[in-house]
Amino acid sequence: MMPVGHYLFLSFALFMIGAIGVITRRNVIVILMSIELILNAVNINLVAFSRIFGDVHGQIFALFIIADAAAEAAVGLGIIIAFFRNRETVRADEMDLLKW
Amino acid sequence: MNPSGYFLSHLYLIPLFPLMTAALMLFFGRRLAHSAVSFFCVGSVFLSFVHATGAVFQLLAADPQHRVYQQILFEWITPGPTPAHGGLVPFIADWGYLLDALSCVMILVVTGVGFLIHVYSIGYMAHEGGYYRFFGYLNLFMFSMLTLVLANNLLLLFVGWEGVGLCSYLLIGFYFLKKSAADAGKKAFIVNRIGDAGFILGIFLIASTFGTVRFSSQGLGDPLAFTGIVQTLGTMVSQGRLIAGAPGLTIIALLLFVGATGKSAQIPLYVWLPDAMEGPTPVSALIHAATMVTAGVYMVARMNAIYQLAPIAMDVVAMVGAITAIFAASMALVQNDIKRVLAYSTISQLGYMFLALGVGAFAAGIFHLMTHAFFKALLFLGAGSVIHSLSGEQDIRKMGGLWNTIPATSRPFLIATLALAGIFPFAGFFSKDEILGHAFHRSQMMDRYLALWLVGLITAGMTAYYMFRLLFLTFFGLSRVSPELEEHIHESPKTMTVPLMILAFLSISGGWFALPVLWGEKNTFGIFLEPVLGGVETETGSVQLGQHTLFKEYFLMILSLAVVGMGLWLAYQHFLKNPKLHDKFATSFPRLHNLLIHKYYVDEIYDALFVNRIKDLSTALGWVDAHVIDGLGVDGAGWLTRLLSRISIWWDKWIVDGLVNLVGKFTEGLSVPVRMFQTGVFSSYAMWILVGVVILLGYYGHHMQVWLRNLR
Repeated sequence: MMPVGHYLFLSFALFMIGAIGVITRRNVIVILMSIELILNAVNINLVAFSRIFGDVHGQIFALFIIADAAAEAAVGLGIIIAFFRNRETVRADEMDLLKW
Repeated sequence: MNPSGYFLSHLYLIPLFPLMTAALMLFFGRRLAHSAVSFFCVGSVFLSFVHATGAVFQLLAADPQHRVYQQILFEWITPGPTPAHGGLVPFIADWGYLLDALSCVMILVVTGVGFLIHVYSIGYMAHEGGYYRFFGYLNLFMFSMLTLVLANNLLLLFVGWEGVGLCSYLLIGFYFLKKSAADAGKKAFIVNRIGDAGFILGIFLIASTFGTVRFSSQGLGDPLAFTGIVQTLGTMVSQGRLIAGAPGLTIIALLLFVGATGKSAQIPLYVWLPDAMEGPTPVSALIHAATMVTAGVYMVARMNAIYQLAPIAMDVVAMVGAITAIFAASMALVQNDIKRVLAYSTISQLGYMFLALGVGAFAAGIFHLMTHAFFKALLFLGAGSVIHSLSGEQDIRKMGGLWNTIPATSRPFLIATLALAGIFPFAGFFSKDEILGHAFHRSQMMDRYLALWLVGLITAGMTAYYMFRLLFLTFFGLSRVSPELEEHIHESPKTMTVPLMILAFLSISGGWFALPVLWGEKNTFGIFLEPVLGGVETETGSVQLGQHTLFKEYFLMILSLAVVGMGLWLAYQHFLKNPKLHDKFATSFPRLHNLLIHKYYVDEIYDALFVNRIKDLSTALGWVDAHVIDGLGVDGAGWLTRLLSRISIWWDKWIVDGLVNLVGKFTEGLSVPVRMFQTGVFSSYAMWILVGVVILLGYYGHHMQVWLRNLR
């Protein structure tokens, strides 16, 4: 059995890639994709701990998160299309309405 | 037996019907079709007429001494104990209606002639704007007039009196976009106000003298519970507290007469009536000939008990009436506007009525009021029909030769002319003869009345002259109608000509009440009115009307017919046989003719004496207003306020707002470092979340290390 640290390392790497993508990338679609990476990092964590503790709940939880990610992607893309129709851009740094 | 029945107990409905439709027109008239407006407004007056007729018949069923029906709807003004004739009395003015012989005549004339004129108006006003407005005003007028004649006390009568004045104003100024019409309306209203001032002073004096404004307590059950002027006057006279000719009574009578001169267009307040012809012709017929202007006559007749005890006031009434009669008749001789001739004629005939009242022939005055209502309404409606036929032409110099082109108008017009001129056996003959007869009879008792009788006789001749002048110029001779109008001459519609025929019938037969006089008996009309117009029994003052011998009666009739015939013959010579004769006549007396054409310059004199002086006063007061009140008072206060407000502004700006701003600035300063985080770019927010997570992880890292180690 592989030690849990490997899983966690993979999960951590995936999370960091996602997080840095969310923060640094300008294209909202890429940001959405990065969010998917973060979610999957969580999934790996859940599945790994589920194996170690011999408890199946974590895996069921992962399935829910996958379904949730699909829904979230659909909603997110919808928002982006609506936004694009208004502003003709998908650049995150031009979406600066969220202040005061 | 006391009178009773449905129509009497529902007496209040008579004025109520027109009031309801007037209200309907006010609120919904704009949205109603012409036919609906006619249906409601004419229908309501018809209902009033039916109820009035019914009430009169039910009253007639009682024997003459009990022909009084009085109905108090509610107590209207109850000021409590009020000082009057030397003590405190419970003064009450009720909203009540009184039907006796006098008001019988009045409501029949008002609703009957009023109904015919309403029918006529359907045709006359068909193509005019404001159809519903016209009928609404007309119905409001009917309500006011019926309130006036049915009122059982002077204050309620005054309500009707003012109501008809208001409607007169509204209807004279019906074409209010025309300046002359609006001005005429104002003139009528203001001149009437002068009279009303006298009238209301008279009412106050009556209230303080008699402690009541109710005309009579007859018909109200317990005579002790209700007081009436007639009864109180009788008691005071019999107790010797008032004597005939007492100055108090004379002042009351004269003040009331001032009101009558305003409403009934007598000297000196007659000037508004000719100008009132600016209104639509049915209005001239209804208000300014048949009904409203006779209100003064009615009121004086109603207060006859007081007048009969005030001989000086009676003389004034008779003199003013006689002078007005001849004065107005002389102005009618030369007028060229068909309606103005009739207006001056109306003033003249009202003068006749007052002459009758002044010589104590109250019944004769009311008799003439009734016949005059018939034929003068007919004359006005006929004139309106002529004007209608000629598409608005009113100048008789531009008429002529219409006798056969509009027969349904010209025939009734002829009948009315004969009636007004006083030709046997038309209505006017009897009533006019009655007045002249009584004046003559008085002159035999007191010589000073002989002049009044002579003036009346000459006026009769002048009346015949100007009426036949009008008739000949309008209907006979060669046509002087302008060619473009000539093509459009058309007979008026049936709704207009049928009322003419009915009125023509009344103008013929309306005087036959007086036929018994011919065989030496009393006028049945006079007998009918006797219970109301008898006055108060006294030993000295009461005016006694005697009977002539039959010979004298015939002599007077033939004399007046001869004078009338002379007027007719002169008019025939001047305007039909030899039209140039009149011009020659006019040029041979240029100054007199000019004086008449300019109506004795009375309007100009009034302008110079009163109107312009009041304008000067207004200008002076305006200067005071502009310079003293506005300059010192208003502007000074404004200056002070401005100074105070400057100080206040400074305080507000620097102290009050300064404190507020200081708080604001302080908060703003605090917010500067926090604001930097809020860029609006969500990526940066995500970064800060991550930073937070890292910090949290760093802080709790120790625990996690332990936990992870244990896990391994």
